[in-house]
Amino acid sequence: MMHFLLLFSRQGKLRLQKWFTPLSEREKKKVIRDMVALVLARPARTCNFLQWKDLKIVYKRYASLYFSVGLDEQDNELLALEVLHRYVELLDRYFGNVCELDIIFNFEKAYFILDEFLMGGEVVETSKLAVGASIEEADTFQE
Amino acid sequence: MECIESHRLGNVCATAASDIAMSPSIPLQEMIRAIRSARTQCEERGVIQRECAAIRAQFRQTDSGARSHNLAKLLYVHMLGYPAHFGQMECVRMIASPRYSEKRVGYLGAMMLLDEKQDASLLITNSIKNDLAHSNQYVQSLALCTLACMGSAEMCRDLAPEIERLLRASNSYIKKKAALCAVHIVRKVHELGELFAPAARSLLVEKNHGVLHGAVVLITELCERNHETLERFRKIVPDLVQIMKGLVISGYSPEHDVAGISDPFLQVRILRLLRILGRNNEVASDAMNDLLAQVATNTDSTKTVGNAVLYETVLTVLDIKSECGLRVLAVNILGRFLLNNDRNIRYIAMTSLQKIVCTDHNAVQRHRGTIVDCLKDQDASVKRRALELSLALVSATNIRTMMKELLLFLSSCPPELKSHAASGIFNAAERYAPSQRWHIDTILHVLTTAGGDVRDETVPNLIQLITNTSELHCYTVHKLYRALLTDISQPSLVQVACWCIGEYGDLLMKGECQETEAVQVSEDDALDALETVLQSHMSSPATRGFALTATMKLSTRITDNVDRIRSIVSIYGSCLDVELQQRAVEYNALFKKYDHMRAAVLERMPVIEKNSLGDTNGESMGETMKEIQTATVKKAEPLLQQQPANQVCDLLDLLGGSEEPLQPSPAPGLSINTASTAGGDLLDLLGGFEPTPLAPAPTVTVYDKDGVALTLNCEKQSDSGLTVTLIASNSTDSDISAFTLQAAVPKSVQLHMKAPSGDSLPARGAAKVTQLVVLNNPNKVSLKMRIRVSYTRQGSAFQDTVQVDSFPGL
Repeated sequence: MMHFLLLFSRQGKLRLQKWFTPLSEREKKKVIRDMVALVLARPARTCNFLQWKDLKIVYKRYASLYFSVGLDEQDNELLALEVLHRYVELLDRYFGNVCELDIIFNFEKAYFILDEFLMGGEVVETSKLAVGASIEEADTFQE
Repeated sequence: MECIESHRLGNVCATAASDIAMSPSIPLQEMIRAIRSARTQCEERGVIQRECAAIRAQFRQTDSGARSHNLAKLLYVHMLGYPAHFGQMECVRMIASPRYSEKRVGYLGAMMLLDEKQDASLLITNSIKNDLAHSNQYVQSLALCTLACMGSAEMCRDLAPEIERLLRASNSYIKKKAALCAVHIVRKVHELGELFAPAARSLLVEKNHGVLHGAVVLITELCERNHETLERFRKIVPDLVQIMKGLVISGYSPEHDVAGISDPFLQVRILRLLRILGRNNEVASDAMNDLLAQVATNTDSTKTVGNAVLYETVLTVLDIKSECGLRVLAVNILGRFLLNNDRNIRYIAMTSLQKIVCTDHNAVQRHRGTIVDCLKDQDASVKRRALELSLALVSATNIRTMMKELLLFLSSCPPELKSHAASGIFNAAERYAPSQRWHIDTILHVLTTAGGDVRDETVPNLIQLITNTSELHCYTVHKLYRALLTDISQPSLVQVACWCIGEYGDLLMKGECQETEAVQVSEDDALDALETVLQSHMSSPATRGFALTATMKLSTRITDNVDRIRSIVSIYGSCLDVELQQRAVEYNALFKKYDHMRAAVLERMPVIEKNSLGDTNGESMGETMKEIQTATVKKAEPLLQQQPANQVCDLLDLLGGSEEPLQPSPAPGLSINTASTAGGDLLDLLGGFEPTPLAPAPTVTVYDKDGVALTLNCEKQSDSGLTVTLIASNSTDSDISAFTLQAAVPKSVQLHMKAPSGDSLPARGAAKVTQLVVLNNPNKVSLKMRIRVSYTRQGSAFQDTVQVDSFPGL
């Protein structure tokens, strides 16, 4: 399962944090600090996988944002790259040519989309269309 | 969408602001803008504090139209790292609200601010329960999602029956979410797995991919947790194979297609479940064999997504009881991956090969070349994997070539890998070294390139290795000396080099050496080198200790520069470092008062046995060594076994006896030698052991060499005690001075050596030296004694050992 999903900028500013395991505030802050330090230190064109404690870290850079996820030993790293890519595609479809500012000013939307795609550290819906449709429909109930 | 949202926000907040005159609050997006435009941290904190105060005030209002926006603002502030715990109760209230937008933000807040450790989380259990049965599936979805995210064990136990019901009777949208919620519940409360097993099974017939995916994940979780469940689920292997076949063979499905692969997420999860079911089970493995072969051959590997599926397939094939051909296919796929341009693919190829390097060693060996090339990759992650794998692939046949590559790697590897690489190299060298010399060379190479990163036990291990290869002492000391001249910054190397120069300095200065080109090293050169170490600011106190001791040891191995050594040693007598000062003072004393013992004390170390490091001394002298790390003279004193119970005779103790003013000695002016008796002998000296006329007892010559003879005579004094008299004589033409005897006996025997009558043996037997040894043998063990004879004649030191196995008169 995924343990966490973090989005942060090149300056290390956190834009989204999703935790799938219970951690204290302090522990969360430590993880964030470590992830930011590790990922930002990686030079370009290196592989997207790291080892951190007993987790596999998969990260990918999209424009000015780094997407990073922590996985268990048995999880498939290449598939995790696909998961990150799928999430970006979903954001892109929703916001129309998504950029970092969209995620900053509409962070709660980014979370809602994420919750339609991932749940409990696993993928809940594998179809892009289905996720898009669910979000649109849910939004109609928004008063 | 965006414009409508902000417009809406503006409207709502305008009304709110007019209602509550006291605290002006700004819309969410405006607040975000304000925070972002803050130029300093201080300014940002100011904005946030203002906003939080406003939000708190808003929360206290019972009816506020802008509640969801306030909470959203708080959540934003929380993400920046500011405390937001005062929003927890608001979340609870929002979740209970009938309005969807409020519930949505409330649940989001609960997932962000509440975790199972907070007490407030229990308060939402009831809301969740109600919402799980809500008519709007999106409300149900919120409840399911929140439960799966932060549900505590208690909440899970409470709500498990609801979830089970939803698994059976609801639409696909809810079923897929309920399945993952069930996964979370099982992770929290393992026993509840039983509850979900039947429902999980029935979900496999669904067509909806989301539901199938959820079902597969749930079944995987159940099987991993409980072995019996695993056994029961083995019979679904054919069903899984069918589903998989459908995905692989069926035509293009636009909804699930990713670069030509139909629903890779589902494929990978099915493959993973198959792996768990096929492990250690022939029947299940057989049933999936064909499918795996098909997936392995037909999956398009040009894009990452295809490789993700291939990767999972390979992992499955290698973990189940697959047939030989399939296994070969899998390893070949990994071999192809190794040659892929994409670093990610190379990386996962190596992780997979690492898993099978023990079981399929030969198959992996075939790719050794590529793996070793990956050591040179720029990427640190790839390097790390390559290092692990390379170390696992070292064998007796390839040790020389592999070590070349590994040493090359070591000289340029990233610092975080140096320590691991160094210890890996040491292990490999120890296991497969083709020759001693190669072994020593390799260790020296590592010390010169990565000396700062090796572990502490390297130094004693290396020293032990060196002492064991006596034929290479000359070679080793020459090499180390040269290494020392080039670079004194690596502590381990310097320590070993100093130790060797001290021990084998005589070989160093002899000049010739068959293994390496001879270099003329004069005594001054050697002392220069040691002094450089002593004075360098790069040397740690431990290193200096090594150097000082080595310098001291050279005093018995060289002839001309003893004065230089004396002066070095005396300088350090006032050193600020306590350890060094102590050593220097002791060595000084060794020069001044105990010069006759110096040769014995500083002689060559015996071979160190590996498992005796840390043991207490054995029965006879010189067999075992205690810590050689600090090769101080005082610790090398098992030779002087005055009190077998006192295993490590401190040099100070040895010489300390001389400080006591009341040490009556039967021998004239030789108070030093009373040191060889333990303090407790004070009384005995005055006791009845004076050389009173002894009953005639047979005398036996135990030693006769180079004109020095030693006779032994023993007499029983009591049931377990006996006195041994040793008499030494000199029949050569030159005088002998500094004559000392040391004795050791089996462990259970107590030994007291009395002061000898003197320490000089004039030429041609003009006088003799007599020494009494009192033995007590309470356990009546077979009595043996080893005697060491040391003396100086014509300016050179002599030493010899003799073992006495039988005692006349016993």
